[in-house]
Amino acid sequence: MKQHLLNYVLQLADNALILGHRISEWCGHGPVLEQDIAITNAALDHIGQARNFYQYAAAIYNELPDAERQQSFAAPVFSGKKNITEDDLAYLRDAWDFKNVLLVEQQNTDWAFTVARSFFYDTFAVAQYGQLQSSKDETLAAIAQKALKEASYHRKWSSEWVIRLGDGTEESKTKMQYALDNLWPYTAELFMPAPADEVMQAEGIGVDLTAIRNEWQTYITAVVEEATLRMPESAWAQQGGKTGTHSEHLGYILADLQFMQRAYPGMEW
Amino acid sequence: MSKEWPLWEVFIRSKTGLDHKHVGSLHAADAQMAIENARDVYTRRMEGVSIWVVESRYIHASNPDDAEALYDPANDKAYRHPTFYNLPDELKYM
Repeated sequence: MKQHLLNYVLQLADNALILGHRISEWCGHGPVLEQDIAITNAALDHIGQARNFYQYAAAIYNELPDAERQQSFAAPVFSGKKNITEDDLAYLRDAWDFKNVLLVEQQNTDWAFTVARSFFYDTFAVAQYGQLQSSKDETLAAIAQKALKEASYHRKWSSEWVIRLGDGTEESKTKMQYALDNLWPYTAELFMPAPADEVMQAEGIGVDLTAIRNEWQTYITAVVEEATLRMPESAWAQQGGKTGTHSEHLGYILADLQFMQRAYPGMEW
Repeated sequence: MSKEWPLWEVFIRSKTGLDHKHVGSLHAADAQMAIENARDVYTRRMEGVSIWVVESRYIHASNPDDAEALYDPANDKAYRHPTFYNLPDELKYM
Protein backbone atom coordinates (compact mmCIF):
# COMPACT_ATOMS: atom_id res chain seq x y z
CA MET A 1 0.00 0.00 0.00
CA LYS A 2 2.78 2.47 0.95
CA GLN A 3 4.67 1.32 -2.12
CA HIS A 4 1.71 2.21 -4.32
CA LEU A 5 1.36 5.57 -2.60
CA LEU A 6 5.05 6.25 -3.29
CA ASN A 7 4.61 5.37 -6.95
CA TYR A 8 1.47 7.46 -7.19
CA VAL A 9 3.16 10.53 -5.71
CA LEU A 10 6.14 10.02 -8.00
CA GLN A 11 3.86 9.96 -11.04
CA LEU A 12 2.50 13.36 -10.00
CA ALA A 13 5.98 14.68 -9.25
CA ASP A 14 7.66 13.39 -12.41
CA ASN A 15 4.96 14.79 -14.70
CA ALA A 16 5.43 18.21 -13.12
CA LEU A 17 9.24 18.12 -13.14
CA ILE A 18 9.68 16.88 -16.71
CA LEU A 19 7.15 19.28 -18.22
CA GLY A 20 8.59 22.10 -16.14
CA HIS A 21 12.07 21.28 -17.39
CA ARG A 22 10.90 21.01 -20.98
CA ILE A 23 9.23 24.38 -21.07
CA SER A 24 12.08 25.98 -19.13
CA GLU A 25 14.15 25.29 -22.26
CA TRP A 26 12.33 28.30 -23.74
CA CYS A 27 13.89 30.60 -21.16
CA GLY A 28 15.79 33.24 -23.14
CA HIS A 29 14.45 31.86 -26.43
CA GLY A 30 10.77 32.86 -26.29
CA PRO A 31 9.26 34.36 -29.45
CA VAL A 32 8.70 37.69 -27.68
CA LEU A 33 9.94 38.98 -24.33
CA GLU A 34 6.49 38.88 -22.71
CA GLN A 35 5.91 35.23 -23.63
CA ASP A 36 9.43 34.32 -22.61
CA ILE A 37 8.57 35.55 -19.11
CA ALA A 38 5.13 33.92 -19.19
CA ILE A 39 6.41 30.47 -20.09
CA THR A 40 9.31 30.69 -17.65
CA ASN A 41 6.84 31.58 -14.88
CA ALA A 42 4.86 28.48 -15.78
CA ALA A 43 8.01 26.34 -15.77
CA LEU A 44 8.76 27.51 -12.25
CA ASP A 45 5.19 26.73 -11.18
CA HIS A 46 5.58 23.16 -12.42
CA ILE A 47 8.92 22.71 -10.72
CA GLY A 48 7.47 24.12 -7.50
CA GLN A 49 4.68 21.55 -7.65
CA ALA A 50 7.26 18.84 -8.32
CA ARG A 51 9.19 19.87 -5.21
CA ASN A 52 6.11 19.55 -3.01
CA PHE A 53 5.44 16.06 -4.33
CA TYR A 54 9.09 14.96 -4.10
CA GLN A 55 9.32 16.10 -0.50
CA TYR A 56 6.31 13.99 0.31
CA ALA A 57 7.63 11.03 -1.72
CA ALA A 58 10.95 11.18 0.13
CA ALA A 59 9.14 11.16 3.48
CA ILE A 60 7.13 8.09 2.40
CA TYR A 61 10.25 6.28 1.22
CA ASN A 62 12.16 7.08 4.40
CA GLU A 63 9.49 5.34 6.46
CA LEU A 64 9.52 2.13 4.44
CA PRO A 65 11.09 -0.96 6.01
CA ASP A 66 14.38 -2.02 4.37
CA ALA A 67 12.91 -4.99 2.53
CA GLU A 68 10.31 -2.80 0.84
CA ARG A 69 12.80 -0.08 0.06
CA GLN A 70 14.72 -2.50 -2.11
CA GLN A 71 11.67 -3.00 -4.28
CA SER A 72 10.92 0.67 -4.70
CA PHE A 73 13.26 1.36 -7.59
CA ALA A 74 14.67 -0.67 -10.48
CA ALA A 75 18.19 0.61 -9.85
CA PRO A 76 19.63 0.49 -6.32
CA VAL A 77 20.64 4.15 -6.36
CA PHE A 78 19.62 4.78 -2.76
CA SER A 79 21.00 1.65 -1.13
CA GLY A 80 23.10 2.58 1.87
CA LYS A 81 21.31 5.92 2.29
CA LYS A 82 19.42 6.17 5.55
CA ASN A 83 17.25 9.02 4.40
CA ILE A 84 16.69 10.48 0.97
CA THR A 85 15.58 14.00 0.02
CA GLU A 86 13.62 15.62 -2.80
CA ASP A 87 16.92 16.27 -4.58
CA ASP A 88 17.91 12.61 -4.54
CA LEU A 89 14.64 11.73 -6.26
CA ALA A 90 15.08 14.37 -8.95
CA TYR A 91 18.81 14.06 -9.55
CA LEU A 92 19.76 10.45 -8.97
CA ARG A 93 17.10 8.22 -10.49
CA ASP A 94 17.63 6.99 -14.03
CA ALA A 95 15.00 6.96 -16.78
CA TRP A 96 13.42 3.60 -15.95
CA ASP A 97 12.55 4.85 -12.47
CA PHE A 98 10.79 7.95 -13.79
CA LYS A 99 7.01 7.57 -13.97
CA ASN A 100 5.95 10.58 -16.01
CA VAL A 101 3.67 10.12 -19.03
CA LEU A 102 5.33 10.17 -22.45
CA LEU A 103 3.46 13.35 -23.41
CA VAL A 104 5.47 15.65 -21.13
CA GLU A 105 8.88 14.49 -22.33
CA GLN A 106 8.13 15.19 -26.00
CA GLN A 107 10.32 17.84 -27.61
CA ASN A 108 9.38 21.50 -27.84
CA THR A 109 9.75 21.40 -31.66
CA ASP A 110 8.09 24.79 -32.19
CA TRP A 111 5.66 27.13 -30.43
CA ALA A 112 2.61 25.20 -31.68
CA PHE A 113 3.93 21.88 -30.30
CA THR A 114 4.84 23.55 -27.02
CA VAL A 115 1.36 25.02 -26.76
CA ALA A 116 -0.38 21.78 -27.75
CA ARG A 117 1.57 19.71 -25.22
CA SER A 118 0.75 22.16 -22.43
CA PHE A 119 -2.88 22.40 -23.56
CA PHE A 120 -3.33 18.62 -23.28
CA TYR A 121 -1.46 18.41 -19.98
CA ASP A 122 -2.86 21.55 -18.32
CA THR A 123 -6.42 20.44 -19.06
CA PHE A 124 -5.62 17.11 -17.46
CA ALA A 125 -3.93 18.80 -14.49
CA VAL A 126 -6.90 21.05 -13.74
CA ALA A 127 -9.26 18.05 -13.63
CA GLN A 128 -6.75 15.97 -11.68
CA TYR A 129 -5.96 18.56 -9.01
CA GLY A 130 -9.63 19.45 -8.78
CA GLN A 131 -10.42 15.89 -7.73
CA LEU A 132 -7.30 15.45 -5.66
CA GLN A 133 -8.38 18.32 -3.40
CA SER A 134 -10.80 15.91 -1.75
CA SER A 135 -8.28 13.08 -1.42
CA LYS A 136 -8.27 11.15 1.85
CA ASP A 137 -4.55 11.86 1.97
CA GLU A 138 -4.30 15.29 3.58
CA THR A 139 -0.87 16.12 2.21
CA LEU A 140 -1.95 15.41 -1.37
CA ALA A 141 -5.17 17.36 -0.86
CA ALA A 142 -3.22 20.38 0.40
CA ILE A 143 -0.70 20.31 -2.46
CA ALA A 144 -3.54 19.91 -4.98
CA GLN A 145 -5.37 22.91 -3.60
CA LYS A 146 -2.36 25.13 -4.18
CA ALA A 147 -1.47 23.58 -7.54
CA LEU A 148 -4.99 23.92 -8.92
CA LYS A 149 -4.77 27.72 -9.01
CA GLU A 150 -1.56 27.55 -10.99
CA ALA A 151 -2.88 24.85 -13.31
CA SER A 152 -5.99 26.92 -14.02
CA TYR A 153 -3.84 29.80 -15.16
CA HIS A 154 -1.65 27.47 -17.27
CA ARG A 155 -4.74 26.06 -18.95
CA LYS A 156 -6.02 29.55 -19.67
CA TRP A 157 -2.68 30.46 -21.22
CA SER A 158 -2.38 27.36 -23.40
CA SER A 159 -6.05 27.44 -24.48
CA GLU A 160 -5.68 31.08 -25.52
CA TRP A 161 -2.76 30.16 -27.71
CA VAL A 162 -4.55 27.21 -29.33
CA ILE A 163 -7.40 29.57 -30.24
CA ARG A 164 -5.09 32.37 -31.33
CA LEU A 165 -3.03 30.16 -33.63
CA GLY A 166 -5.94 28.03 -34.82
CA ASP A 167 -8.07 31.03 -35.64
CA GLY A 168 -5.11 33.05 -36.91
CA THR A 169 -3.40 32.95 -40.28
CA GLU A 170 -3.40 30.07 -42.75
CA GLU A 171 0.13 29.18 -41.66
CA SER A 172 -0.51 29.33 -37.91
CA LYS A 173 -3.64 27.22 -38.35
CA THR A 174 -1.74 24.55 -40.29
CA LYS A 175 1.02 24.44 -37.67
CA MET A 176 -1.41 24.27 -34.74
CA GLN A 177 -3.40 21.46 -36.33
CA TYR A 178 -0.19 19.58 -37.15
CA ALA A 179 0.96 19.85 -33.52
CA LEU A 180 -2.40 18.65 -32.13
CA ASP A 181 -2.46 15.70 -34.56
CA ASN A 182 1.09 14.67 -33.77
CA LEU A 183 0.81 14.85 -29.98
CA TRP A 184 -2.62 13.24 -29.88
CA PRO A 185 -1.31 9.63 -29.68
CA TYR A 186 0.33 10.58 -26.36
CA THR A 187 -2.86 11.79 -24.70
CA ALA A 188 -4.58 8.46 -24.03
CA GLU A 189 -1.85 7.42 -21.61
CA LEU A 190 -2.95 10.16 -19.22
CA PHE A 191 -6.08 8.14 -18.52
CA MET A 192 -4.70 4.61 -18.58
CA PRO A 193 -4.49 3.47 -14.98
CA ALA A 194 -1.13 2.14 -13.81
CA PRO A 195 -1.27 -0.28 -10.85
CA ALA A 196 -0.66 2.64 -8.46
CA ASP A 197 -3.61 4.57 -9.98
CA GLU A 198 -5.97 1.64 -9.41
CA VAL A 199 -4.96 0.97 -5.82
CA MET A 200 -4.98 4.65 -4.87
CA GLN A 201 -8.39 5.25 -6.41
CA ALA A 202 -9.78 2.28 -4.49
CA GLU A 203 -8.35 3.72 -1.28
CA GLY A 204 -10.01 7.10 -1.89
CA ILE A 205 -6.59 8.72 -2.20
CA GLY A 206 -6.17 8.86 -5.96
CA VAL A 207 -8.39 10.31 -8.66
CA ASP A 208 -10.97 8.68 -10.91
CA LEU A 209 -9.31 8.71 -14.33
CA THR A 210 -12.51 7.86 -16.21
CA ALA A 211 -14.30 10.91 -14.84
CA ILE A 212 -11.25 13.02 -15.62
CA ARG A 213 -11.19 11.73 -19.17
CA ASN A 214 -14.76 12.92 -19.72
CA GLU A 215 -14.06 16.34 -18.30
CA TRP A 216 -10.86 16.56 -20.36
CA GLN A 217 -12.57 15.52 -23.58
CA THR A 218 -15.37 18.07 -23.15
CA TYR A 219 -13.01 20.95 -22.50
CA ILE A 220 -10.55 20.05 -25.28
CA THR A 221 -13.36 19.66 -27.83
CA ALA A 222 -14.84 23.05 -26.94
CA VAL A 223 -11.52 24.87 -27.30
CA VAL A 224 -10.57 23.07 -30.51
CA GLU A 225 -13.93 24.04 -31.96
CA GLU A 226 -13.54 27.65 -30.91
CA ALA A 227 -10.12 27.62 -32.55
CA THR A 228 -11.79 26.47 -35.81
CA LEU A 229 -9.55 23.39 -35.75
CA ARG A 230 -10.65 19.77 -35.97
CA MET A 231 -10.29 17.13 -33.29
CA PRO A 232 -7.49 14.68 -34.11
CA GLU A 233 -8.70 11.24 -35.02
CA SER A 234 -8.24 8.47 -32.52
CA ALA A 235 -5.18 6.49 -33.36
CA TRP A 236 -2.67 4.13 -31.84
CA ALA A 237 -2.03 5.18 -28.24
CA GLN A 238 1.55 5.50 -27.07
CA GLN A 239 2.08 4.29 -23.52
CA GLY A 240 4.66 3.06 -21.03
CA GLY A 241 5.87 6.17 -19.27
CA LYS A 242 3.93 5.56 -16.08
CA THR A 243 5.74 2.27 -15.56
CA GLY A 244 9.18 3.44 -16.65
CA THR A 245 9.31 2.66 -20.38
CA HIS A 246 10.21 6.00 -21.95
CA SER A 247 10.98 7.51 -25.33
CA GLU A 248 14.61 8.34 -26.06
CA HIS A 249 13.93 11.99 -25.18
CA LEU A 250 13.85 11.42 -21.43
CA GLY A 251 17.47 10.28 -21.37
CA TYR A 252 18.58 13.58 -22.90
CA ILE A 253 16.47 15.57 -20.44
CA LEU A 254 17.98 13.69 -17.51
CA ALA A 255 21.50 14.14 -18.88
CA ASP A 256 20.85 17.88 -18.89
CA LEU A 257 19.12 17.92 -15.53
CA GLN A 258 21.35 15.54 -13.61
CA PHE A 259 24.81 16.21 -15.03
CA MET A 260 26.05 18.39 -12.17
CA GLN A 261 25.00 16.06 -9.35
CA ARG A 262 26.41 13.06 -11.16
CA ALA A 263 29.71 14.73 -12.05
CA TYR A 264 30.09 16.40 -8.64
CA PRO A 265 28.05 14.32 -6.17
CA GLY A 266 26.66 16.31 -3.26
CA MET A 267 27.69 19.64 -4.75
CA GLU A 268 25.81 22.66 -3.41
CA TRP A 269 25.68 26.28 -4.50
CA MET B 1 0.19 44.88 -41.47
CA SER B 2 3.13 45.64 -39.24
CA LYS B 3 5.03 42.64 -37.94
CA GLU B 4 5.42 44.11 -34.46
CA TRP B 5 2.56 43.72 -32.03
CA PRO B 6 1.18 47.07 -30.85
CA LEU B 7 2.46 48.65 -27.66
CA TRP B 8 0.28 48.79 -24.53
CA GLU B 9 0.60 50.84 -21.37
CA VAL B 10 0.01 48.93 -18.16
CA PHE B 11 -1.61 50.25 -14.98
CA ILE B 12 -1.68 48.21 -11.77
CA ARG B 13 -3.63 48.77 -8.58
CA SER B 14 -1.77 47.41 -5.60
CA LYS B 15 -3.42 45.77 -2.60
CA THR B 16 -3.14 48.88 -0.49
CA GLY B 17 -3.51 51.42 -3.27
CA LEU B 18 -6.70 53.16 -4.27
CA ASP B 19 -5.70 54.08 -7.78
CA HIS B 20 -4.14 52.33 -10.74
CA LYS B 21 -0.56 53.44 -11.26
CA HIS B 22 1.37 53.34 -14.50
CA VAL B 23 4.01 50.60 -14.24
CA GLY B 24 5.36 50.28 -17.76
CA SER B 25 4.53 49.02 -21.21
CA LEU B 26 4.60 45.81 -23.23
CA HIS B 27 3.75 44.36 -26.62
CA ALA B 28 0.64 42.25 -27.23
CA ALA B 29 -1.60 41.31 -30.14
CA ASP B 30 -4.81 42.42 -28.43
CA ALA B 31 -6.24 43.58 -25.10
CA GLN B 32 -6.72 40.12 -23.68
CA MET B 33 -3.15 39.13 -24.41
CA ALA B 34 -1.99 42.47 -23.01
CA ILE B 35 -3.68 41.74 -19.68
CA GLU B 36 -2.22 38.25 -19.56
CA ASN B 37 1.23 39.51 -20.46
CA ALA B 38 0.90 42.21 -17.82
CA ARG B 39 0.04 39.54 -15.26
CA ASP B 40 3.22 37.67 -16.12
CA VAL B 41 5.52 40.64 -16.53
CA TYR B 42 4.33 43.03 -13.82
CA THR B 43 2.56 41.06 -11.07
CA ARG B 44 5.02 38.23 -10.42
CA ARG B 45 5.89 39.56 -6.98
CA MET B 46 2.34 40.09 -5.78
CA GLU B 47 2.31 43.73 -6.86
CA GLY B 48 -1.31 43.99 -7.77
CA VAL B 49 -4.97 43.09 -7.49
CA SER B 50 -6.21 44.80 -10.65
CA ILE B 51 -4.78 45.45 -14.11
CA TRP B 52 -5.70 48.06 -16.70
CA VAL B 53 -4.18 48.15 -20.16
CA VAL B 54 -4.60 50.76 -22.84
CA GLU B 55 -3.05 50.79 -26.26
CA SER B 56 -0.30 53.38 -26.24
CA ARG B 57 -1.50 55.08 -29.40
CA TYR B 58 -4.67 56.16 -27.58
CA ILE B 59 -2.74 58.18 -25.05
CA HIS B 60 -2.44 61.85 -25.92
CA ALA B 61 0.29 63.75 -24.17
CA SER B 62 0.95 67.42 -23.55
CA ASN B 63 3.83 68.95 -25.41
CA PRO B 64 6.93 69.47 -23.24
CA ASP B 65 7.65 72.67 -25.20
CA ASP B 66 4.46 74.14 -23.79
CA ALA B 67 5.56 73.57 -20.20
CA GLU B 68 6.16 77.24 -19.42
CA ALA B 69 2.78 78.38 -20.68
CA LEU B 70 0.95 75.48 -19.09
CA TYR B 71 2.44 75.28 -15.62
CA ASP B 72 4.45 78.37 -14.69
CA PRO B 73 1.44 80.69 -14.27
CA ALA B 74 0.37 78.63 -11.23
CA ASN B 75 3.62 79.43 -9.42
CA ASP B 76 2.57 82.61 -7.65
CA LYS B 77 -1.07 81.78 -6.87
CA ALA B 78 -0.89 80.47 -3.35
CA TYR B 79 -4.57 81.29 -2.80
CA ARG B 80 -5.45 78.27 -4.95
CA HIS B 81 -4.08 75.89 -2.33
CA PRO B 82 -6.48 74.77 0.38
CA THR B 83 -3.91 75.54 3.05
CA PHE B 84 -6.21 77.89 4.96
CA TYR B 85 -8.61 75.17 6.10
CA ASN B 86 -8.38 72.92 9.15
CA LEU B 87 -9.16 69.35 8.11
CA PRO B 88 -11.20 67.19 10.52
CA ASP B 89 -9.28 64.12 11.76
CA GLU B 90 -11.80 61.69 10.28
CA LEU B 91 -10.97 62.86 6.78
CA LYS B 92 -8.46 60.56 5.16
CA TYR B 93 -6.75 60.40 1.78
CA MET B 94 -6.49 64.16 1.31
